[in-house]
Amino acid sequence: MPLIVPVLVPFVTAAVSLLAWRRAPVQRLLGAIGAAGLLTSGIVLLVQVRTQGIQTSQIGGWPAPYGITFVADHFSALMVLVTGVIGLSVAVYSLVEIDGPRQSFGYFPLLHIMLTGVTGAFLTGDMFNLYVWFEVMLISSFVLLALGSERPQLEGALKYVTLNLVSSFLFLTAVGILYGEVGTLNMAHAARRIRALGNPDLVAILAMLFFISFGIKAAVFPLFFWLPASYHTPPAAVSAVFAGLLTKVGVYALIRTFTLVFGQLELVHTLVLILAGFTMVTGVLGAIAQDEFRRILSFHIISQIGYMILGLGLYTPLALAGSVFYIVHHIVVKTNLFLIGGIVRGLEGSERLERLGGLYNRKPWLALLFAIPALSLAGLPPLSGFVAKLALVRAGLEVGEYALVGVALGVSLLTLYSMAKIWNAVFWEAPSDTSKAAPGLGGGAQAVLAGPAAMLALLTVCMGLLAGPAFLAAEAAAAELLDPERYIYAVLGDAS
Amino acid sequence: MSSLILRTAARHLLPLLVLYSVFLLVQGHNHPGGGFIGGLIAAAAIGLYALAYDVAEARRILPAAPHYLIAAGLLAAAGSGVWGLMRGKPFLESGWLQTQWPAGVPLELGTPLLFDAGVYLVVIGVAVTILFTLAEED
Repeated sequence: MPLIVPVLVPFVTAAVSLLAWRRAPVQRLLGAIGAAGLLTSGIVLLVQVRTQGIQTSQIGGWPAPYGITFVADHFSALMVLVTGVIGLSVAVYSLVEIDGPRQSFGYFPLLHIMLTGVTGAFLTGDMFNLYVWFEVMLISSFVLLALGSERPQLEGALKYVTLNLVSSFLFLTAVGILYGEVGTLNMAHAARRIRALGNPDLVAILAMLFFISFGIKAAVFPLFFWLPASYHTPPAAVSAVFAGLLTKVGVYALIRTFTLVFGQLELVHTLVLILAGFTMVTGVLGAIAQDEFRRILSFHIISQIGYMILGLGLYTPLALAGSVFYIVHHIVVKTNLFLIGGIVRGLEGSERLERLGGLYNRKPWLALLFAIPALSLAGLPPLSGFVAKLALVRAGLEVGEYALVGVALGVSLLTLYSMAKIWNAVFWEAPSDTSKAAPGLGGGAQAVLAGPAAMLALLTVCMGLLAGPAFLAAEAAAAELLDPERYIYAVLGDAS
Repeated sequence: MSSLILRTAARHLLPLLVLYSVFLLVQGHNHPGGGFIGGLIAAAAIGLYALAYDVAEARRILPAAPHYLIAAGLLAAAGSGVWGLMRGKPFLESGWLQTQWPAGVPLELGTPLLFDAGVYLVVIGVAVTILFTLAEED
């Protein structure tokens, strides 16, 4: 299968959906089929990478480093696969959750354009092309965030747009300096030339520019405040796909840049370790102070980003494998929790914890669906979160970063506390404020909404129970990340 | 705004500007020009027409609604890329067809032109959508 397929499938889906403008049934069907196609191509790509090694493709037949190269190693392939999983779950969920007006203003084409940007960012091997995919992703996400024009939505979108434009500006500046200094934008070629540059000060400046830019997009401390301001405002399907994928593209870019392009830089990796700790703690403390379903979850995204970059900071095979596994686990689990938040809102008409309660009696299946990803997020065995955290903790102990291991474990406990708070307020206790009548959801709608959530819950259980085979792929990804020569050789061959 | 001079001028300028935009689109592969700039000029021509008459009139002279133009453009650009894939080459690798004009003048048609035509349509569609939305705001 050509490498471009995971990008092309959502792109063509979006274009064909535009042709079916104002014909919502056709767009809905196309949206779901396109997402299924993306998932299929993700599976094929991972199989290809596992059997044949790193895949490359020179777009337009222009040889690297002159043209744009697409590259799929284990890390990229895993990310594309999980993008497909999320794309399909959210597309199916959207069939019910997204209202008619939003659908007729192009919700499905926009969703697929965003998925195009995400898979493009995962597959490209070119710095400037990465910038382009970031913009594709961001511009469509701006519209998705503001679609519907509700007042809180626009307020959230404004903060989101502003901060992300700052980040894009820094990214573009960094790309310009990179090109000016090493004369190439191909990541593999730039990696070779940066190692031969012999100007550590300049490399440090360049690294910091990339770090700040990707740090904003990944919501790393102290650059995270746009995230909790915006993620709870749009419909649940939109915030679920954002929560799952968008910040993780930032984390992906961080890991890619600081393994492949720059390699191990003392300055950056020390900084990453410190910030990982702060990100974990501030995120979880922020969550404790919240009393709305999706606001709590939004702050937990930040705290989880800390774990993901912790692996990058530790920079050992086990740590990076832990990071990769953590990202995949987190995308599945976090999307799932947001989807469930949407179901609760659909059933009860509110997300404020004090207005909710007693759902366990009425919807025990929903309680179970919430409990699985919530416990997985907190890192309880035998779910996927346990495996991810165990790997990172062991990696931390091996390197002797006892303080950070302590922080990671403490944050896990607080995560569990936060999840228990939601559990108590939404499912267990009687509602303290029953003034508002619930709009309710039909049985068929409930089934369509619960389907994707159940699929994701099953996935986190499988990733926990079959941790051995699942972790093998993460270890293979880490081995490739720690040995950039393999990636560089796959792209450039022996040419310099 | 209703000005007889502007309306008369706009009616006569429209075909000239659209012709010029197509000229820029076609010569763009080897000379300054291309789909983006051509599309902008075509969109500007339609914008001028909308100023002279009104938005409804400008919508009427478009061959298709703007979102159809965008969709057709995206598909044309994707199609020019898939051409390479179908022949086992990388995505977007160009293919060329050597033909002749009736008078025996050589004519080279290639997938880059298809790609540029796609860009042309997308740019018209997007620019016109923005113009119309702003014009209809008040």
